[in-house]
Amino acid sequence: MRVTATAEFMLEPILDTGNGRDAIGIGQAAGTGLNTRHGTILTLEDISVSFDGFKALNALNLYIGVGELRCIIGPNGAGKTTLMDVITGKTRPSHGNAWFGETLDLTAMSEVQIAQAGIGRKFQKPTVFEALSVFENLELAQKTDKSVWASLRARLSGEQKDRIDEVLDTIRLTASVHRPAGLLSHGQKQFLEIGMLLMQDPQLLLLDEPVAGMTDAETEFTAELFKRLAGKHSLMVVEHDMGFVGSIADHVTVLHQGSVLAEGSLEQVQENERVIEVYLGR
Amino acid sequence: MNQPLMLTATQKAGPKLTIAVGAVILILLLALPLCSLLSPDNPLHVSAYTLTLVGKILCYAIVALALDLVWGYAGMLSLGHGLFFALGGYAMGMYLMRQASGDELPAFMTFLSWTELPWYWVGTEHFLWALCLVVLAPGLLALVFGFFAFRSRIKGVYFSIMTQALTFAGMLLFFRNETGFGGNNGFTNFRSILGFGITEPGTRAVLFAATVLLLVSSLYIGWRLARSKFGRVLTALRDAENRLMFCGYDPRGFKLFVWVLSAVLCGLAGALYVPQVGIINPSEMSPTNSIEAAVWVALGGRGTLIGPLLGAGVVNGMKSWFTVAFPEYWLFFLGALFIIVTLYLPKGVIGLLKKRGEQ
Repeated sequence: MRVTATAEFMLEPILDTGNGRDAIGIGQAAGTGLNTRHGTILTLEDISVSFDGFKALNALNLYIGVGELRCIIGPNGAGKTTLMDVITGKTRPSHGNAWFGETLDLTAMSEVQIAQAGIGRKFQKPTVFEALSVFENLELAQKTDKSVWASLRARLSGEQKDRIDEVLDTIRLTASVHRPAGLLSHGQKQFLEIGMLLMQDPQLLLLDEPVAGMTDAETEFTAELFKRLAGKHSLMVVEHDMGFVGSIADHVTVLHQGSVLAEGSLEQVQENERVIEVYLGR
Repeated sequence: MNQPLMLTATQKAGPKLTIAVGAVILILLLALPLCSLLSPDNPLHVSAYTLTLVGKILCYAIVALALDLVWGYAGMLSLGHGLFFALGGYAMGMYLMRQASGDELPAFMTFLSWTELPWYWVGTEHFLWALCLVVLAPGLLALVFGFFAFRSRIKGVYFSIMTQALTFAGMLLFFRNETGFGGNNGFTNFRSILGFGITEPGTRAVLFAATVLLLVSSLYIGWRLARSKFGRVLTALRDAENRLMFCGYDPRGFKLFVWVLSAVLCGLAGALYVPQVGIINPSEMSPTNSIEAAVWVALGGRGTLIGPLLGAGVVNGMKSWFTVAFPEYWLFFLGALFIIVTLYLPKGVIGLLKKRGEQ
């Protein structure tokens, strides 16, 4: 059961307190099983990651609300990808807490457990299963029992096929359904990967530069798609394309040297002097 | 590597043709043991040498297929499959040695003046227990090795090197007389299996038919796997393991399953190889044997089911001719073959046929 978050709070987040838990609108749109009583789907507190003494993340605090669409921007090396790695369990923080909903401790879970709990990730470089067809890619991503035994006996139900068709339609790849994914164009691969995330039906989607290499029309379409997804899902988008950020985000977080420099609407952060200094002013 | 899993080249050229060719080959293979039972004067008579040679090649074909499941489909190149083959062979050899020695200790143990059987020989006089060992010995070893290797996320060339080291370690262990497997002589001088003389034409024919049956079953298992979602997960694993993990699949279970299955198939092939060839010794575990198996698969075509069978047949056919005609040049030829295949036929002979079919 999902309750769609209303658009109002998406457009008017409370920004003044910056990084507090209450800073973000309260929503109820959590999926089944995930405890999000306080309206936060992702809570990162005091997260630090260091590689050989270099602090990729430095006491970072970040809260993402249920149904929110959050953009993360920041100069190269600000820790954006490391942040995603921490959330998805690829990198373990040396310090700090990471909670998914109220009860799931991400720092104690494996990558697979985190994915199964409902966090989906799109890589910076589009990563699809090249030898498999578009249809098979979506089939594998589909939310279902993913154990070895289940895979040995799996048969697609009519309902599951309909869902795949629906997603194919959404990502506009119906015509290429039987093509090997390796033969798709760069932009199509990006969409296929987004489609795979949709099949997975995660509660939180992490998207690393989703519009890199897309044409203007594709970018526009992606922006539309994301806006439609927000509310039903929570999204965290890392992006360099400021035009794109402006077209989707209500709430932007600026990272710098591994911690949050500013948070707020795009206009607010663009006016922030420290942000101008380290990033936008260059 | 980019061809869709299910569309093997020949299937694309025409599934009917594939089925027809397959059926003809199957009938020929089934007719071969029957022909060997004919009297030597009959023009259709097949000699024991030919039957043994083809039976041996069929055993190798099963190994090639098993290796292809882990390499072609799941992308893990094992250079140690000879070990699983030899373990299955040794398990069967233990039974054959007990049959040959009757109530006495096997001859090599008497030679070492041992007075009683080592504990792991207990029960090997029973054929059924030997069969269990044929499955358990390679299966358990693969399970334990695979569990730790996949848990530590060892892959690519590191995995290949570890499997190579494993089979080398196995060879050194079995070379020792103290290990209790006949040292560097291994097992030979078998007399009977289930009470039937091992060199009798009838026994040979039955063993050959059993090999054909195992090959067909392995092919069927491989085909079912490749068509299932499991097979698609394996291909996904080969091409983008990270993506698969973030889709919520745990690669370890998938790898372990196909790895153990492959090892067990090799063990069974080894168990049928030993009574037909009449000898098993540690040189079967030598790293070069396992590398040769990889050559069969690469030559035939990875990631297809027919390719490895073709590769094993072609290479071993050539080998039996070459080692008679120019014995000292065989290894050079094999090396050249591997280089040529790697450079010019990345998809193997099957890939070549497919290209022809498309033109």
